[in-house]
Amino acid sequence: MARKTTATQTSIVTIVAWLIGFVMFFPILWMAMTAFKTEVDAYTMPENWWSTNWTLENFGIVQERSNYLRYVINTTIIAIVSTVLGLLFAIPAAWSMAFQAETKPSVAWSGKIWAGILLIAAAIAAAITLSVGWQLAERPLLGLLLILIIGVPFGYWIWTRRTTDKLLWMLSTKMMPPAGALIPIYLIFNRNGLIFKDWGAVDLRDYNLIDTFWGMIPLMMLLNLPIVIWMLYTYFKEIPFEILEAARMDGAGLWEELSRVLAPMALPGIASTLLLNVILAWNEAFWTLNLTNKYAAPLSFFISEYSSPEGQFWAKLSAASTMAIAPILLLGWFSQRQLVRGLTFGAVK
Amino acid sequence: MGSIELQKVVKQFGELTVIPGVDLKIADGEFVVFVGPSGCGKSTLLRLIAGLEDVSSGKVLIDGKDATEVGPSQRGLAMVFQSYALYPHMSVRSNIGFPLKMAKVSADQIDQKVKKAAATLNLTDYLDRRPGQLSGGQRQRVAIGRAIVRDPTAFLFDEPLSNLDAALRVQMRLEIADLHHALKRTMIYVTHDQVEAMTMADKIVVLDRGSIAQVGTPLELYNQPDNLFVARFIGSPTMNTLNGASASKRGASTIGVRPEHINVSSASGEWKGRVRVVEHLGSDTFIYAEVEGVGPMTVRQEGETEQSPGETIYLTPQESRVHRFDQNGRRVV
Repeated sequence: MARKTTATQTSIVTIVAWLIGFVMFFPILWMAMTAFKTEVDAYTMPENWWSTNWTLENFGIVQERSNYLRYVINTTIIAIVSTVLGLLFAIPAAWSMAFQAETKPSVAWSGKIWAGILLIAAAIAAAITLSVGWQLAERPLLGLLLILIIGVPFGYWIWTRRTTDKLLWMLSTKMMPPAGALIPIYLIFNRNGLIFKDWGAVDLRDYNLIDTFWGMIPLMMLLNLPIVIWMLYTYFKEIPFEILEAARMDGAGLWEELSRVLAPMALPGIASTLLLNVILAWNEAFWTLNLTNKYAAPLSFFISEYSSPEGQFWAKLSAASTMAIAPILLLGWFSQRQLVRGLTFGAVK
Repeated sequence: MGSIELQKVVKQFGELTVIPGVDLKIADGEFVVFVGPSGCGKSTLLRLIAGLEDVSSGKVLIDGKDATEVGPSQRGLAMVFQSYALYPHMSVRSNIGFPLKMAKVSADQIDQKVKKAAATLNLTDYLDRRPGQLSGGQRQRVAIGRAIVRDPTAFLFDEPLSNLDAALRVQMRLEIADLHHALKRTMIYVTHDQVEAMTMADKIVVLDRGSIAQVGTPLELYNQPDNLFVARFIGSPTMNTLNGASASKRGASTIGVRPEHINVSSASGEWKGRVRVVEHLGSDTFIYAEVEGVGPMTVRQEGETEQSPGETIYLTPQESRVHRFDQNGRRVV
């Protein structure tokens, strides 16, 4: 029998919910209000909450000192391109995890399959060797052999795990504090680091990934890829596999199966995932502060410019922050239903 | 064109062997029904023919050509799924036309063929609707339309009527039978419902734990079951099977006699029993009796009868209709 709630209970719950919502929203409200105050009033707290000279000067000063539009464009490019790129990888990955039978390697497989596995392992090993950039450049074959010895069994072990184990392993990479990966990634990105140095045969010192879209976009994509794959996987699991089998029987190849059948059916899920990824990429601060400077600097860098050694300019900082979060706040507001649906889908059958 | 052959087909899922080894020939134009209890491997066998599952060993031949390594889209087969598997985001028109679009047929031709298929299946008025706006029977017809529009070598049906109500099931059964007569294509039909099997099939393949128990026409299976499994599976109510003295005096380990081949008397007979339950269906009456020294037995009588629960009755089998089986459950010839 459904629980009966009285009007009083409903009122109390509504009031409490609004209070909690207000408490959560309060920091943003305070920040937005501070953006419209003078610097002096911004320091005086909390007496002059309402009795203050409201002003728009902070926004003008912020726009004068830094080109807000450029930061918005940078952030938009990074957020959207990394999201689209991520979806291009994540949709096939989630499809494979959701719909392909888990196959254990078998000695009964043909020579072609084993040759393919070894070639892919060798390619991955070569990529790792290059990126790690050990002094094995002088003994490349030994390095390759070492990596094959480590890499192939590890790859095999990952491959033979259950899908849920693989997903958990992928998600676990998000559990590590980003600071732990900062140094290696900085070395990979930087001039004279691991890759962009003088190799003798070729000199890559003129290139690097610091403060470039070439660096930030793949990084943002890879950072959020586990979450995107996991979300898409939960959506795809809700789609009856028979429909995809029917498509196969109807002559659909892999591309048609993904684009004409799976994607349209999973569109709400893909849209939710896309929105979440855009928000995560837009709000990313740690990596952007450490790896960008000017050319690819997004809005998080823009905000940090107003937190300087000369002192805290609260009003201007608040104005910059308000301008930084305004676009994504609007996006979130208009897509909140889609977002909530996306995050809670599958929780209840 | 339309012959299908399975040669020593084995299917394993990891350590589990679902199909230990099947040899089967299906001639062009035959309506073959795979029937068996749940978990016997009939759907798996169908999916192996369709190419939706890979065989662990053995060969699948379609029109004499080895199709074992060929993908499902290239085998020239069409499948109708139990859950219809319609594309929910497409209209009926697009659903039926989808295979033709995949085959890169021109838009005009697609339109023509879709209209023709829709007319055949009484779907013309529903072409612009989505599957969610259709009834179960209509959805099933769309699924069939999607299959026939491809002009396939053979049709595969995986329990297509399971989700329909009883009356609709009877109607669709007749429609599928009419379709077979009209198209004269090979049809392989999977069902657990033996009434569907008996009424629709040219040939029935009875499966038991992945192996073929018997292949034959419906009446062959009904009148001459090769083994106890087929004898008990085919026929409703189930054949009565008896061990002990009744069997040994007839030179068998087990005998079987169908409920309609038992004579009932209130005076005398081979077996004495007490009526437990009487079911009146109008056209038939089923008497469930507890027989001394034998156990429960079922008798079918035409029309209405006078027996009532608690009554003593005497049962005598019609000797020419008694089936004899040896200790391995195989028919004694």
